[in-house]
Amino acid sequence: MSQQQRSRHRKKFLTFGAIPLSIFLAVLVYPFAQGFFLTFTNWNGFKYTKLAGFNNYIKSFKDPAFWTTLGFTLKFVLVSLVLVNAVAFGLALLVTSKLKSSNIFRTFFFVPNLIGGVVLGVIWQFIFNTALVSISGKFKLPFFNDSWLNDTNKAFWALIIVTVWQSSGYMMIIYITGLTTIEQDLLEAAKVDGASPLRTLAAIKVPLMAQAFTIALFLTIRNGFMAYDVNLALTGGGPYRTTELISMHIFQEAFAFGHFGTGQAQAVLMFLMVAVAALIQVAVSKRMEVQS
Amino acid sequence: MKTTTIRRSIGRKALFAFGLFVSISYVAPFLLVLLNSFKPKFDILSNPLGWPKQFTMENFQQAVEKMNFFRALINSIIITFFSVSILIIFSSMLAYYLARTKNRFTKTTFLILVASMIVPFQALMIPFMAIFAQFVSINNRVALIFFYQGFGVALSTFLYHGFISKIPSEIDEAAAVDGANDFTIFWRIIFPMLRPITATVAIVNSLWIWNDFLLPRLVLTRDTQTLPLSTYLFYGQYSTQYGQVMAGLLLAVVPIIAFFLFLQKQFISGLSQGAVK
Repeated sequence: MSQQQRSRHRKKFLTFGAIPLSIFLAVLVYPFAQGFFLTFTNWNGFKYTKLAGFNNYIKSFKDPAFWTTLGFTLKFVLVSLVLVNAVAFGLALLVTSKLKSSNIFRTFFFVPNLIGGVVLGVIWQFIFNTALVSISGKFKLPFFNDSWLNDTNKAFWALIIVTVWQSSGYMMIIYITGLTTIEQDLLEAAKVDGASPLRTLAAIKVPLMAQAFTIALFLTIRNGFMAYDVNLALTGGGPYRTTELISMHIFQEAFAFGHFGTGQAQAVLMFLMVAVAALIQVAVSKRMEVQS
Repeated sequence: MKTTTIRRSIGRKALFAFGLFVSISYVAPFLLVLLNSFKPKFDILSNPLGWPKQFTMENFQQAVEKMNFFRALINSIIITFFSVSILIIFSSMLAYYLARTKNRFTKTTFLILVASMIVPFQALMIPFMAIFAQFVSINNRVALIFFYQGFGVALSTFLYHGFISKIPSEIDEAAAVDGANDFTIFWRIIFPMLRPITATVAIVNSLWIWNDFLLPRLVLTRDTQTLPLSTYLFYGQYSTQYGQVMAGLLLAVVPIIAFFLFLQKQFISGLSQGAVK
């Protein structure tokens, strides 16, 4: 590289890249890297005096509350992964089935996604705590007699209902994009050959939109691990901290109880789970995309 | 042949009815809020699903005052507007640099940016707050806008990068021959060509920042709180004032829904492009 070229490159870097990259380093990379390091010290939120090995991790794993959270979170991620995507894919098929009103339907399905989880959580808290209880009192429906949010197991399903309602509209958009990129000729050919709609779906549509599945599945897994707003506003972790997803648990651990070391150790574990899920999922999907 | 046509038309009607039912149930919670926001408290408790027996605007007056609605709305608008505008400027320029200058440094940088997108904010929020606590205490709105640059730059740059790579570099070279420098080439020639992807970047980031809760909760104070924060705090304080809560929720929801209905086409196409990452 000539001297002149090098100086031009440097100038281009300084004009175009230096500011955003420095902010990126300061705001994201540095705290992330430091967070790893601090979990191996006796950090108390302000300073650390010595290295502490795996102490923070061991303490986390010895805490039964952390296991409760972990189990609850994994169950939540798995169930929401299946239901959000099943519903979203169903909605996408419905909206692309050339119905007259499909545009209005699409808008309706998408609306919950525009609104933040906190507001949605508060709305549904009213529904579960007040509206449904009052209706069941009137019509003698045993199912909603007591608010779902007072029972750990039912509160789990309340969280799932709100999550599916909130995010299926967004995943639907991804599936619609996938469905509309399939060439019409192929579908026509299948029809001429007498393939049933179900067979067309399984043999043509699904394999040809593997990429849409990759994206939607990854996003649902990540959103599941990161879920905080709906959790906070709907159940607040209750009853008795039994419905705390990992995000809220980390928040509480650090900012409510001042356990910065263990909180950060759990945050690192959470990151590792997201990363592993992402890697497995991308590897599997890539293989499927290649085969199709 | 005739029976299949009839059967198909029945099938379509059933499908339509099903779609109608599902789409109504998707908006039903908002209708419930709308309906109840005009009722006095006792009416909500005795009859949450019914039509209001008497309409009252009192709930709205109370909610606007207690949640500091207009202050929160203005804070939300300011923070979203500046964060997104600056993000567009920074990330489009960075993407242009990374897409046009091909060397080991730019390739690695791009890879790191893409990889960083899987890092959840929660994974770093604890050290993050320890590092930036002092900065936040000086001016928390400016700090928040600054933070959004760091957390938003990866996705936005990625979106711009894909788009810029498809623009032939002969265009830049022709302009360079005419004596324009890189800065001018970008802003005069390339940036105007990026309009569709700029719309995507603007929509994806606006929706995220407008609704974000966790980071503003850690950073902002009472005077600077955004709409999601003030809704949450208002609810925490007056949760048994059902009518006021309903009015507050409606107020929190209306701006973004109005915005969406106004720009619906751009929203849907923007988000579908933004998601395919």
